[in-house]
Amino acid sequence: MSTKSESWGSRVGLILAMAGNAVGLGNFLRFPVQAVQNGGGAFIIPYLVCFLLMGIPLLLIEWSMGRFGGRSGNHSTPYILDTMAKGRLWKYIGVFGIFTNIAVAAYYCYIESWTMSYVFHSIFGTFDGKSQGEVASFFNDYVDVGISTTGIPYEAVIFYVICLALNTWILSRGLAGVEKVAKIGMPLLILFGAFLAVKGLTLGTAGATPEHPTASAWDGLNFLWTPQFDSLSNPKVWLAAAGQIFFTLSVGMGTIHCYAAYVRSNDDIALNGVSAGFMNEFVEVVLGSLVVIPIAAGYLGIAWVQENASFGMAFQTMPYLFQQWGSVLAVLAGVFWFGLLFFAGITSSLAMGTPWMGFMRDEFKWDNRKGALSFGLIVLVLGLPTVFFYNYGVFDEYDYWAGTVSLVVFALLETIVFAWIFGATRGWEEINMGADIKLPGILKYIIKWVTPLLLLFVFVGSVITPKGNEWAMQFASLGSGNGWELDNSSLIKQLANASIKDEIASVQNPATLPALQQEAEALRNSIETSTDPKAVARFQVQYEKKLGRIKQVSDPGYLEILNKKLFYIPLARMLLLSLFVALSFLVYRAYNIRVKEGRNTP
Amino acid sequence: MNTSAIITMVLTQVIVICFTVYFFFKVMNTPNKDEGDFPPGP
Repeated sequence: MSTKSESWGSRVGLILAMAGNAVGLGNFLRFPVQAVQNGGGAFIIPYLVCFLLMGIPLLLIEWSMGRFGGRSGNHSTPYILDTMAKGRLWKYIGVFGIFTNIAVAAYYCYIESWTMSYVFHSIFGTFDGKSQGEVASFFNDYVDVGISTTGIPYEAVIFYVICLALNTWILSRGLAGVEKVAKIGMPLLILFGAFLAVKGLTLGTAGATPEHPTASAWDGLNFLWTPQFDSLSNPKVWLAAAGQIFFTLSVGMGTIHCYAAYVRSNDDIALNGVSAGFMNEFVEVVLGSLVVIPIAAGYLGIAWVQENASFGMAFQTMPYLFQQWGSVLAVLAGVFWFGLLFFAGITSSLAMGTPWMGFMRDEFKWDNRKGALSFGLIVLVLGLPTVFFYNYGVFDEYDYWAGTVSLVVFALLETIVFAWIFGATRGWEEINMGADIKLPGILKYIIKWVTPLLLLFVFVGSVITPKGNEWAMQFASLGSGNGWELDNSSLIKQLANASIKDEIASVQNPATLPALQQEAEALRNSIETSTDPKAVARFQVQYEKKLGRIKQVSDPGYLEILNKKLFYIPLARMLLLSLFVALSFLVYRAYNIRVKEGRNTP
Repeated sequence: MNTSAIITMVLTQVIVICFTVYFFFKVMNTPNKDEGDFPPGP
């Protein structure tokens, strides 16, 4: 990213930057949702097992690959892999380590800009007196860039550009800028998170209202933490746990390699890696579990959480819940919540800029200013479609291919390079060189055997996800000769746009609307006849959701959106593919320059 | 909250907090190494 002699200012700064890279919005939004959907408290068992068998080994692999690359002047994955594997192909596999960062930054900065905008709206009282529905509509209007929520035209675009400009400016100041943001952002993030976690932990039944008489934060915590041990035998739960560990630690991206490449050649990476990993776990398991779910259950009831728990809650629901705390605390909570999400976001998005800058510095002698500016421009060009066509699936498509599939593919390949081509013994020596802690020797064998197998399991699981995520049922079906039915979320079906095509067929089917109306009627009857208040609350939530679905299916504009998705989604894939090809071409150009200059390459 | 949820939550969080604090303090208290203690690499 900068001159060869550039390195981290302090060890604490490095760890906070690494932890900031890992800590993202998923720590507060993805983890609790995954836990409630996969066995509550029992989810933590496969989650921690995967942390030890896949998370820690991958962290150690990436830290040591980065430091190894940094010793020979390589600060990005193409030529780190090239140096370790000595084969013509590996540098192109290393392109993933730049590609993923640029593509993810394109849509991640958009989410980051929402948090920035919501801090602004929390301070200026935009959500004062708004109902839950109005707060949700505010978000929908915000992402529909044509509608102005506050009179500022194209507000979403303006905040996106401001956010990107801020990232670019900080990146142009080099590692010192990144380190400074981490040193300010991480303690503030923990402070804000602790404040909200205490509120979540102490809310109890104080949020119950005549509208939601059964609401209780304790129900949320029970739901999240009561272990359902029978879920442990379900492969779906293990896959979800492995996936969560994977995404929360930001492994398979190339950012850890880049940060570690600026570590001095005799510095520890073992203790640093483990410490940064546990800091991420602290934010996720301790703080992340105590905010969204208990607060939402405390005001809206557990039935609402069970039906609506999703990423969107952060923006569509939380501002409404904060309004229940009175005007002063509502502002404070809004600033704390969106502030912590902003710091979680920016410490990650800054990390995403460094591999590109490191590559351009190493290969084409670009300075920080040029590197940061070019990163900002590429992200802007790639990111604007996610802003303008958010409702047409571009955002989700980037997230799926760049933010999900690419990570798994790259992590699997880099683990093979490290454990099998570079060699487990050499790799183990590299990890332990200068180590300030003694790592258990069994980790060497875990890195060689268990981690690649787990990654293969995650990858295959995502390619052939069985219908309804029912693994046992599909294995039985396969055994009885009835084949393997794929889920629409499987990679193969995603490629064929199966879920959108199914949805179009469902909307066009004349029997769909009457069936939905019948189901809604049945739910209304259940509300009227049931005497259990908790059951009534559950039926009420399901009834409202059904009404929303009826409204959606009856809206002719919805079908138009679905058809437009079939146009924009392949376009998004083409953009991503073009980026990968362009980066591969740059790697090829760099190879030619290296050969001409006689620099080390096979 | 029910007993099993409390036990799972407290146990998990205490374990995570202890490890996080332990490793972070170890980082803070380990002196920096001098340059040149190790080979420069390839």
